[in-house]
Amino acid sequence: MQQDSLLPTPRELAAVPGGEPDPDAAISVRGLVKRYGAAAAVDGLDLDIRRGEIFALLGPNGAGKTTTVEICEGFRDRDGGEVRVLGTDPASGGRRWKAQLGIVLQSGAGDSQLTCRELLRAQASYFPDPRDPDEVLELVGLTEKARSRGRSLSGGQRRRLDVALGIVGRPTLLFLDEPTTGFDPEARRQFWSLIRSLRDLGTTMLLTTHYLDEAEALADRVGVIARGRLAEVAVPAELGGRGRAPAVVTWSEDGARRSQATATPTAFVRDLAARFPGEVPDLAVARPTLEDVYLQMIGEDRA
Amino acid sequence: MSAVPTTETTGTTTRPGTALPSLAAVYRSRAGVELKEFFRQRESVVFTLVFPVLLLVVFGAVLDYDLGSGVSFTQYFVAGVIAAGILGASLQNMAISIATERADGTLKSLYGTPMPRSAYFVGKVVQVLAVTVLIIAILLLVGAVFYDVQLPSGADWLTFAWVTALGAAACTLLGIAVSSLARNGRSASATVTPIALVLQFISGVFFQFSQVPVWMQTVASLFPLKWMAQGLRSVFLPDALAAQEPAGTWELGRVALVLGAWCLAGLVLCVLTFRWQERGTR
Repeated sequence: MQQDSLLPTPRELAAVPGGEPDPDAAISVRGLVKRYGAAAAVDGLDLDIRRGEIFALLGPNGAGKTTTVEICEGFRDRDGGEVRVLGTDPASGGRRWKAQLGIVLQSGAGDSQLTCRELLRAQASYFPDPRDPDEVLELVGLTEKARSRGRSLSGGQRRRLDVALGIVGRPTLLFLDEPTTGFDPEARRQFWSLIRSLRDLGTTMLLTTHYLDEAEALADRVGVIARGRLAEVAVPAELGGRGRAPAVVTWSEDGARRSQATATPTAFVRDLAARFPGEVPDLAVARPTLEDVYLQMIGEDRA
Repeated sequence: MSAVPTTETTGTTTRPGTALPSLAAVYRSRAGVELKEFFRQRESVVFTLVFPVLLLVVFGAVLDYDLGSGVSFTQYFVAGVIAAGILGASLQNMAISIATERADGTLKSLYGTPMPRSAYFVGKVVQVLAVTVLIIAILLLVGAVFYDVQLPSGADWLTFAWVTALGAAACTLLGIAVSSLARNGRSASATVTPIALVLQFISGVFFQFSQVPVWMQTVASLFPLKWMAQGLRSVFLPDALAAQEPAGTWELGRVALVLGAWCLAGLVLCVLTFRWQERGTR
């Protein structure tokens, strides 16, 4: 495609960090390597997550997202590189370190005979300065389910319970691994407002998701992992040169659908409007969606 | 002590004056969780608590013959079924519940919290103790009320206590170790239940041990259940019946030695094999 040469390459745009780990960052990763057998799931990954931000990690299945996150959480060993999470190496993080984390695993928290409130009380008892379990139930919208056992909840309610268990310890840093998988659109909106209210309370969040609209709605910055490396980090509106990409104007004329890519959509629409007596039929102006640039980025990487 | 930051991260992110919860507080919390988990699950209650009582009721009604010295088979069987009850409350219960919790992510979630790891095991031990004491109490009650079982007296209670404690400890540790072999709770149950049943048949639970073929006695002697049942027989049977034991005595010293050795072996196996996550995820 001709146009691509006009755009900066992902490498030029990437605000990928380098040098020593940043001790003030919530998470700082340098040259992370993790191998399973001969294959490297993570292959020299660098990442900085600032305190107070919501950072979304995107990438296809098998790109190394969950491996990276679980190394940061202290669940997996690494084969190389430096990792600092809240200033501590996760490989040697003790109880004090874990007390500052909230972890919502992809697999959820498991089955239990306990009620939601009992589960939250038990979880709170492990932390030095927990939130009130009933307030947390309120926050995730499970107040009516306080006396229900975990296994009687619907899929979306289960996931909200997982999030409740993740935040009851009043974490400084919250890990959310695909938190809204299986949610209906309304539940997802509710969940988003929950995440925003947690950010307002100062919680740093690392989010992995397959939903690009979710990353766009929530994240201050997004990072794309492909083949075990961070391909790019940007604010959602700028990823892949999206902010500078040409707009596409579409309309109907002579019974056909027309479209035109243009760097000056306002001028183009003004000219277009002059050609029609009234409204331009079916007029739309679109920038590439996050999904468009994302698919292009991981597609390029696979080629 | 709590005012002094113990790591460089403490001062910046933890609110002042917030010490980690005490071990005792977390132990209490975990004990409560484990008791609720057990007693609210119908399968585990039926399997572990009701089944041995049913066995006592059925065997007591059917096999009520005299063993000599005026001792009924039910008196003999009470010792065996208590040993089997301890096995169920400890080894079978631990193997199945921990394999389940490992497969469904409960263990992994706990590992990600600041819960001291010992608290998980303390909770399990409290669960085993509670279930063991309860099953023994029910069996003694049913035996005494319906089948004229003679309760232990004097120093026999002491033997009863140490055989139970040592046997339960060995089987709990073995159960924790065995849980690591299974893929999930279902496969743990499918592995452990038949083994437990076979051990019960050859260890003198359902039949008199002296009637079991010698080679089976030898196999049974390798495992803890035979020694638990033998130790408990010394509690429930008159000393005259010691003559029917293979060695002609109750061998209490050897009971202690074998069960102690199994505790040690179980502990080593636990330390070597215990995993907080499913296999192949590190």
